[in-house]
Amino acid sequence: MTQQTAAQAALVRAMKQYGGILLSLVMLCVIFSFLNPRFMSVVNFMNILQQVAVIAIAAFGMTWVILLGEIDLSVGSIIAVAGMVGAQCFAFGLGFGPALAVTILAGALMGMLNGVLTAKLLLPSFIVTVATMGIYRGLVSLPTNGAPAMIDNSTWTAIGTEGFLGLPIIIWVVAVLFVINQIVLSKTSFGRRAYLTGGNREAAIYSGIKVDRIKIIIFMISGVMAAISGVLLSSRLFSAQTNAGMSYELDAIAAAVLGGTSLAGGVGTMVGTLIGALIIGVMNNGMNMLSVPYFYQLIVKGLVILVAVWLDVRAKQAKR
Amino acid sequence: MHGSTTDTVLKISNVTKSFGQVAALKSMRLDVRRGRVHTLLGENGAGKSTLMKILAGVHNATSGEITLDGQPYRPANPQQASALGLAIVFQELSLCNNLTVAENILATREPRSFGFINDKALVSRAKAIVADLGLPIDVTEKVGNLSIAQRQLVEIAKGLSHDAKVVILDEPTSSLSDSEAEILFDIIGRLKSRGVAVIYISHRMEEIMRLSDDITVIRDGEYVSTHDRNDVTIEALIALMVGRRMEEIYPPPSHERSTQGAPMLAVENLTRQGEFADISFAVGPGEILGFFGLVGSGRSEVMNALFGMKNADGTVRLDGKDVRFRSPAEAIARGIGFVTENRKEEGLVLGHSVEWNISMAALPDFTGPFGFTRGSAERKAAAAEVGRLAIKTHSLDTPAGALSGGNQQKIVLAKWLLTRPKVLILDEPTRGVDVGAKFEIYKIIRQLAAEGTAILLISSELPEVLGMSDRVVVMHEGVIGATLSGTDLTPETIMAHATGFQS
Repeated sequence: MTQQTAAQAALVRAMKQYGGILLSLVMLCVIFSFLNPRFMSVVNFMNILQQVAVIAIAAFGMTWVILLGEIDLSVGSIIAVAGMVGAQCFAFGLGFGPALAVTILAGALMGMLNGVLTAKLLLPSFIVTVATMGIYRGLVSLPTNGAPAMIDNSTWTAIGTEGFLGLPIIIWVVAVLFVINQIVLSKTSFGRRAYLTGGNREAAIYSGIKVDRIKIIIFMISGVMAAISGVLLSSRLFSAQTNAGMSYELDAIAAAVLGGTSLAGGVGTMVGTLIGALIIGVMNNGMNMLSVPYFYQLIVKGLVILVAVWLDVRAKQAKR
Repeated sequence: MHGSTTDTVLKISNVTKSFGQVAALKSMRLDVRRGRVHTLLGENGAGKSTLMKILAGVHNATSGEITLDGQPYRPANPQQASALGLAIVFQELSLCNNLTVAENILATREPRSFGFINDKALVSRAKAIVADLGLPIDVTEKVGNLSIAQRQLVEIAKGLSHDAKVVILDEPTSSLSDSEAEILFDIIGRLKSRGVAVIYISHRMEEIMRLSDDITVIRDGEYVSTHDRNDVTIEALIALMVGRRMEEIYPPPSHERSTQGAPMLAVENLTRQGEFADISFAVGPGEILGFFGLVGSGRSEVMNALFGMKNADGTVRLDGKDVRFRSPAEAIARGIGFVTENRKEEGLVLGHSVEWNISMAALPDFTGPFGFTRGSAERKAAAAEVGRLAIKTHSLDTPAGALSGGNQQKIVLAKWLLTRPKVLILDEPTRGVDVGAKFEIYKIIRQLAAEGTAILLISSELPEVLGMSDRVVVMHEGVIGATLSGTDLTPETIMAHATGFQS
């Protein structure tokens, strides 16, 4: 009996926290399936998940950053750099393993630069990452003078194109990263320190939390997540493009904020962000299937984000 | 009383003010006369600022009568108060740093032509005001480029630019140098000669004796007495200001502590340029060492340095070993706890739960293998502290911000109790806390001392320092004025050292 009530309480809490955003997701799905009967199919949902993977993974990293009350606008550029680093590794004759390691290391370093500039030079992260967004985007073109670079490593390209145990590998990657991020955020002291620092930086410092270190590590997490997104994107494209991931940081921010992450810091979950990313994925997919012109898609997406966040804010205010 | 009653411009009779159950003012009276400086003297919390806020139209009096020029005076808001001829210069600055001096002085009353601000008229009018007061300030300068002291003078100019009958100056010299204070005294002289009445609030006794015509002492929200400056001495005023029996709210020490034995914390010649110098003291296990000083005396700065928030020169010995903390994390790991002054800014994460706030400083103790938090141990410990300190909260998951001030303060205490500190620094531990919670907090402090914790108790409330401390360090303008114990522990001696006046 107590078991059941505890489960019920957890369900009630989950509905309170995610009810509004889940409702938005379901409503979108219903609308699209009315407009196009082929929308509601397992095949199409697999499609959506694959399409949303790149955004979702970047959004996991973004959730950490926003949770801290910061922002990372360089994510889209890091995605492009990661692809190019991978391509160059293969050009130098490295195997899959070392190439992957170097690519992820590059993401960590780019994130670390963001973090160090923000934490140690006390520059606002908005400014720092606007600058590094440009710098990293420029770096992509250095090896090839702006031309795309082909990737012919079959393991690398298999990530984005093949399956494992009946599911595309790309979905496994999203699932694993989701679980890791969610566990680290909700079950470890590091995650707790991130919540506390985002909630009140001064109080965190006085309680012995090394907020600078937390900040640098979190920007590194964001860099690593973006680099993994870059790996997935380049594997699906069989190449590194200099304009890859352009403005993806905005989709990642939108996913995190749709999922209830507060730009003021201290509030947010990976579950919410995943739902937020799905909303963006469903909208992109649904409108593509209806052949809505791209510029209309932009307008609709913007409006949906406004309405969803407004509903969420209203629900949370009503609770008080 | 001297002078005819027609001289009276502001008359306060039997004014009371209650906040819920708490009476902040009881039968206050004041007779302020034209062309005279009337000083209001009292300890922190005596009711001065409540009275000033009533005059400013921020609060309404619960009962009593105030007249201005013989007319009933009941301003509904600060705008009305200033329109009726009352100017207040508060201690805290209320200037916009990104605007010029002229724009600040004439804010909301800028001269306009065709709906646009007339810059020329603005500057010339502000210049006239500043010249009239004799301030050495360029009105076209941005306020952000001025020193704090200059800003204070601008604040004063802003307050005086209305045609005021009564001017209230609340600790106006607290951030002024001697030469800048002279400028202010000069301004006060001009105001007097124009027949303006000045209500002056300050803790600096020499200054008060020099400026005042009349001095009214208030204590515990009650009127004590009014004196002509020429008929009273500083010693007499201090005695009146603090003259009270110790109230019964301070629980007695639970044991006779031996003063022998090695100190738990010994500080020698701690110095930080511009903040404090040559700070030396020692505190033993189980001892409560009080720190008293007026605002700006450097107490909190010393504690921040001890806690690793700021660098300082000098030696610190903890439990016999030399230590130098570069961060609060190091200080906490070695057994120092710090209940900070502002619980909302530095103490709590208001949006997060009671549990998270309590476990916050002891997080390393609740971290298991691979960095996982040990959730059930954490919850059990938080629940135990909530029970031990009788924290009134709906549940452990309630956001800390939803609790009352007293319970929030207990959460901050609980947070540090969980770290089992050897030395606990308490900076204004009962500020903004009701009397009941105060008593409970005092009991907790006593109990910690009985268990052998060395305690540094910083307070601006003299009775609190006297009632709780074994010895008291008195600070004045960044240095230790005296370390008092035994029969020297009297309100008079403490106040004399804190105000820099020793006979």
